[in-house]
Amino acid sequence: MALLEVQNLGISFGGLRAVDDFHLQVEKGQLYGLIGPNGAGKTTVFNLLTGVYKPGEGIIKLDGEDITGRSNIEINRAGIARTFQNIRLFKDQSVLDNVKIGLHNRFHYSTFEGIFRLPRYRKIEKEMDERAMELLEVFELEKEKDYLASNLPYGKQRKLEIARALATDPKLLLLDEPAAGMNPNETHELMDTIRFIREKFHMTILLIEHDMKLVSGICEELTVLNFGSILCEGETDKVLQDPEVIKAYLGE
Amino acid sequence: MKKIKLSRQSRSDLITYGIILLLSLVLFFVGQSSYQLKGLLVPVCAQIILAVSLNLTVGILGELSLGHAGFMCIGTFVGASFSIYMEQFIHIPALRFFLALLVGALSAGIMGFLIGLPVLRLKGDYLAIVTLAFGEIIKNLINMVYLGYDGNGLHFSMNDTASLGLAEDGVVIIKGPQGVTGTPADSNFGIGVLLVLLTVFIVLNLVHSRDGRAIMAIRDNEIAAESVGIHITKYKLMAFTISAALAGLAGSFYAHNYNNIKASTNNFGYNMSIMILVFVVLGGIGSIRGSVIAATVLYMLPEILRFMSQYRMLVYAIVLIVMMLFTWSPKAQAWKAVQLARCKKKLQPLTDKFRKKSSDELKKEGE
Ligand SMILES: Nc1ncnc2c1ncn2[C@@H]1O[C@H](COP(=O)(O)OP(=O)(O)OP(=O)(O)O)[C@@H](O)[C@H]1O
Ligand SMILES: [Mg+2]
Repeated sequence: MALLEVQNLGISFGGLRAVDDFHLQVEKGQLYGLIGPNGAGKTTVFNLLTGVYKPGEGIIKLDGEDITGRSNIEINRAGIARTFQNIRLFKDQSVLDNVKIGLHNRFHYSTFEGIFRLPRYRKIEKEMDERAMELLEVFELEKEKDYLASNLPYGKQRKLEIARALATDPKLLLLDEPAAGMNPNETHELMDTIRFIREKFHMTILLIEHDMKLVSGICEELTVLNFGSILCEGETDKVLQDPEVIKAYLGE
Repeated sequence: MKKIKLSRQSRSDLITYGIILLLSLVLFFVGQSSYQLKGLLVPVCAQIILAVSLNLTVGILGELSLGHAGFMCIGTFVGASFSIYMEQFIHIPALRFFLALLVGALSAGIMGFLIGLPVLRLKGDYLAIVTLAFGEIIKNLINMVYLGYDGNGLHFSMNDTASLGLAEDGVVIIKGPQGVTGTPADSNFGIGVLLVLLTVFIVLNLVHSRDGRAIMAIRDNEIAAESVGIHITKYKLMAFTISAALAGLAGSFYAHNYNNIKASTNNFGYNMSIMILVFVVLGGIGSIRGSVIAATVLYMLPEILRFMSQYRMLVYAIVLIVMMLFTWSPKAQAWKAVQLARCKKKLQPLTDKFRKKSSDELKKEGE
């Protein structure tokens, strides 16, 4: 059974058909790419999958469980975490706290215990710190843990966003243009990191990306969107050689 | 010997508590200088609590509320009525006062919850306007309340004293626009300082806890907060309710300083709400320490400057502007950072010496 199964997904904004009859099947442990020209509807698909938008029609199943129409909070709890195309960090909080906010639903103590710093507060906070530091180490951010998130350089902000998403302990990780704004060196590093998190956390990853080097380097399968509909899908190499796809990207 | 290592955060908290104690000491001596100044010592504590608690809504949650005085008003009238009525049953003043503070905070907290439930769906200016309205509504409603008691218990009316139908020996507690009369004078500066410390303790510890981080996550980016599974409404309500409850605490404390209090515009109207907001903004939005200092200075200043007679408000205005610049101008912030670094540099040899000395001592102890 596939981890993520999407059928007949669609949504309109006023007269604009942003996503139409979209389907997708991502297996456990797979690295799957979603590509397409600007405005094709890729981010909209992510927003539908994570419950930011309610689908006009269609079914979304995660690990066999129907999650169509649930709120984004419920969907995160069901096991989908994401990053954003335009980075959305908690700017005025430290790098460490950003990850700890991601851990919010994995660790619990009451408000009362928190305010009066009862033993459980200390114990759980310590566990949270340790877990958060582990994640920061994966992304080589441990030295910057006390920086304000907004003071990080761009590439590291992207990494921090991935760390925060992973902190929610998802089954499926959605990355919206993780390499945007990175230089070739950083992109190369990011590819290694993405491979590494897949190995280490046994993560299933669905990513949107314009950088073809990254896409062909790490994605096993692709779906190409154009004007809200699927243009082509299948194994990466085949899809990238498809004349329709080349036409959509390069124009006539 | 175990080495105690303080995190940057707890060090910063300790400095805040230290500043509060220092300010209290200064206030105490300032209070000795004149009768008028002494009379301000209890209200200034209430003002500090109000400013710190409003900062929880404005600075930590990031929502503008202009109805804070309304919650204080509830705490004042509920706390005062409780004390007056309970004087016959509870004969230990300290216990009665403690309960009155608690009841004042609880009632304001419940009101905060009930108002927050519908209102916190709004954002920015809309929320500000609606909270402003609620503050006024609370004040005006309280101006219509008549409350008294006799042998048969409590009597309540919205019309006038006569319709309370009290027995011969009945006592009127709240008399509409004439306010509440007969509150025992339980408040004093010492308790005020304790309550300020308690308030700051609650707010700071909340901020550094799991819930506080969630509240600030909502402030920084609502969509991202939802994407990691944080319940927006729950945490908005939590911050708003705690903020209201602390305002109620301030109100109840304030009430026990006066025999009679009316719910007038200056006391509990939007003037007051805006005054508290001024403390918060000039002290630095989100800075608890700043709220404490700004509330103290700005509340005491007009009285301290009384000797300047007609120039008083002029100087007050200048202080406001200077404070605003000091808190918010980028140049001042850069200057502060430089000074801090210089201070640290100057102190470096001292701390090094101290460290060396203590490590020497440790060695000796070991030998
Ligand atoms: N909330 C919305 N309201 C109206 N139109 C929207 C909304 N969200 C997206 N759209 C429209 O849907 C279309 C698809 O947008 P989307 O952001 O999904 O594109 P994309 O494939 O992510 O593009 P890019 O590569 O530029 O990020 C665009 O025409 C966009 O203007
Ligand atoms: Mg996009």
